[in-house]
Amino acid sequence: MRSLSQSLPTPRPPAKAPPAKGVPTRALLAGALGLALGLALTGAAKAGPTLDAIKARGAIKVGVGSQPGFFAPDSNGRWQGFFVDFGRALAIAVFNDPEKVQFVSSSPQQRLPALQSGEFDILLSGVTQTFTRATKLGFHFGPVVFYDGQGLLVPKTLGVAKGKDLNGATVCVQTGTTGELNITDFFRQNKISFKPVVIEETAENQKAFASGRCDVLTQDASDLAITRTQLPKPDDYVLLPERISKEPLAPAVRYGDDQWLEIVNWAVHATIQAEELGITQANVDGFLTSADPSIRRFLGVDPSLGEAAKLDPKFAYTIIKTVGNYGEIFERHVGPKTKVGLERGYNAPWTQGGLLYAPPFR
Amino acid sequence: MTDTILSAAPPRVVAAPRWRRWSHGLFGSPLNGVLTLACVALLAWAVPPLLRWTVLDAVWSGPADRCAEAAGACWAFIGEKLRYILFGFYDQDRQWRPAAASLILLGLAGLSGTPPFWRRATLALWAVGLATAVLLLTGGPDGPAVPTERWSGLPVNLLLATVGMVAAFPLAILLALARQSAMGGVRTLAVVFIEVTRGVPLIAVLYVATLLLPLMLPAGSAIDKLLRAQVAIVLFVSAYLAEIVRAGLQAVPPGQYEGARALGLGYWSTMRLVILPQALRTVIPSIVNLTIGVFQDTTLIVVIGLFDLLNTARSAAQDPAWLGFYDEAFGFAALVYVVFCVAASRYSLWLEARLRRG
Repeated sequence: MRSLSQSLPTPRPPAKAPPAKGVPTRALLAGALGLALGLALTGAAKAGPTLDAIKARGAIKVGVGSQPGFFAPDSNGRWQGFFVDFGRALAIAVFNDPEKVQFVSSSPQQRLPALQSGEFDILLSGVTQTFTRATKLGFHFGPVVFYDGQGLLVPKTLGVAKGKDLNGATVCVQTGTTGELNITDFFRQNKISFKPVVIEETAENQKAFASGRCDVLTQDASDLAITRTQLPKPDDYVLLPERISKEPLAPAVRYGDDQWLEIVNWAVHATIQAEELGITQANVDGFLTSADPSIRRFLGVDPSLGEAAKLDPKFAYTIIKTVGNYGEIFERHVGPKTKVGLERGYNAPWTQGGLLYAPPFR
Repeated sequence: MTDTILSAAPPRVVAAPRWRRWSHGLFGSPLNGVLTLACVALLAWAVPPLLRWTVLDAVWSGPADRCAEAAGACWAFIGEKLRYILFGFYDQDRQWRPAAASLILLGLAGLSGTPPFWRRATLALWAVGLATAVLLLTGGPDGPAVPTERWSGLPVNLLLATVGMVAAFPLAILLALARQSAMGGVRTLAVVFIEVTRGVPLIAVLYVATLLLPLMLPAGSAIDKLLRAQVAIVLFVSAYLAEIVRAGLQAVPPGQYEGARALGLGYWSTMRLVILPQALRTVIPSIVNLTIGVFQDTTLIVVIGLFDLLNTARSAAQDPAWLGFYDEAFGFAALVYVVFCVAASRYSLWLEARLRRG
């Protein structure tokens, strides 16, 4: 195993690598049909191997999943979706060109090992940021781009407005998921009882719910929203406001390229900052003449920030002009007017009661 | 006119006993009668709803909204997504390239299946054909390059399956000969390779090729993902093909070996001129069978994030504009697979009959 660690992808030797004392060992457990592969990998801070590889290749490789509204190819074979637009924003930050990005599809079972093995430079596939993934598995997480959480879908005929009213309800839940544990905790905390209907397959679970075998279907809220659209009469069902677990979905990158991580951070922050400032795809050009120094810095009229980051000074402007601010990306792909039909909820700026908060651009 | 009536009469006479045979087969015994009625009931129960869904209530054209209102299948979805399902992410304005590459691959497979093409020149034909198909897909010789990430849909299935079979063939023959060899070391190596490869599922081989190989290779030597999958498939197929070839070798009577030696032929000449032509001929049905299996197995590349026909069909139904038409998408993909596989098995039957005659 040790010999493997010597052959990690290192396109060029680190310019100023720290001495190899106390090198943290990363363990990667790749599960493939019960094929567990343990690999010990050394991870010293490198002077940007990922960013160097991206620039040499001329395109960013972004790992994506498959979920309507978040990532799906359109009829022309072009990737579209909420996370996909953040991938394009990254390409703008690095290359000033939204097309210099390759989307690589990856299943939930193999996406983390694939990121580790260098299959892509960043994973934008709705990974929940967790302690284990950040420490033991060795991934850095960028800013949370979507606050998801386990939700509860009920028929309107049940006459229930919030989860605490669900005393004695039958709940359809998938076996072996954290969803099963979360729902048990939720009912126990609220000192109410429920009857679980435990089913292994997602599709079967949804069928059982549609046929009325249970009162409640529980999954991640973004999944439930799509499930609802697929039910025979979507308007007869309502997604309850509670989220009974925390699923902060954030972009993940490998250890060892701080500069790349910062580009990811600030490309995402730029979309959030733009919404906070009220800058949209439509009105961004009008802001270029703004006298406000913070807006001039943000949009790169005053180029000092971009120069400091070795990025195009107008990267934030180009991102907003091309894919829009956070709110526009959200509304375009998963918002209430789309088929996915998600409310903003936690995914609103902090000024509007949400959790989105970009650090200052200065 | 009378002539026609007269000439039409004899078949009518023949028809009667045939009907009696049918009625005997369907209602000859009480059990047969019950089974026949049960089958008719099953058809009466299954066919009308299926017919309503596929034809009568189906929507053949128009936007997604019209489909949402209809009770039947949404074939307008297939119409809208046909290009994407067949060619996936390939540049839309250059899709003649994957189409031409697919036709070349199919043509090669079809031609080399007919006995007049069983000669050395066919090898050159394959080399030229494969190179042309790959060149077309890469976007060359003129025009911008198309990275393999954008190769998707049917051409990927065809490419992986045909190259998988063709490249595995020489390897399989060597493995089969090595397994029968008198040299202990060579024999052991062949046995170990064949048994290990056959003992591992293709998915595991693909995972190793995609996830583990890049970790083991020296830095900067990134090998294309599709190429890695192709090599994995070639190695996997070669183990199965080697066992088929070995079965063929065992079917050749010992007298043939002795006869060749009596003529003064060396080992390689014996194999090339006497043994292999007979051995391979006996195992043609098994080879076609394996080809069908390999063609279907190529859909497994979905687990490593490549888009074959099945995956493009599935992801077509995830477009929010056309969300959830999975039945139509999978139905269409199934139809394509059925057409290819039935054609291959009919071809196999034809070839067997022809070889029996010849």
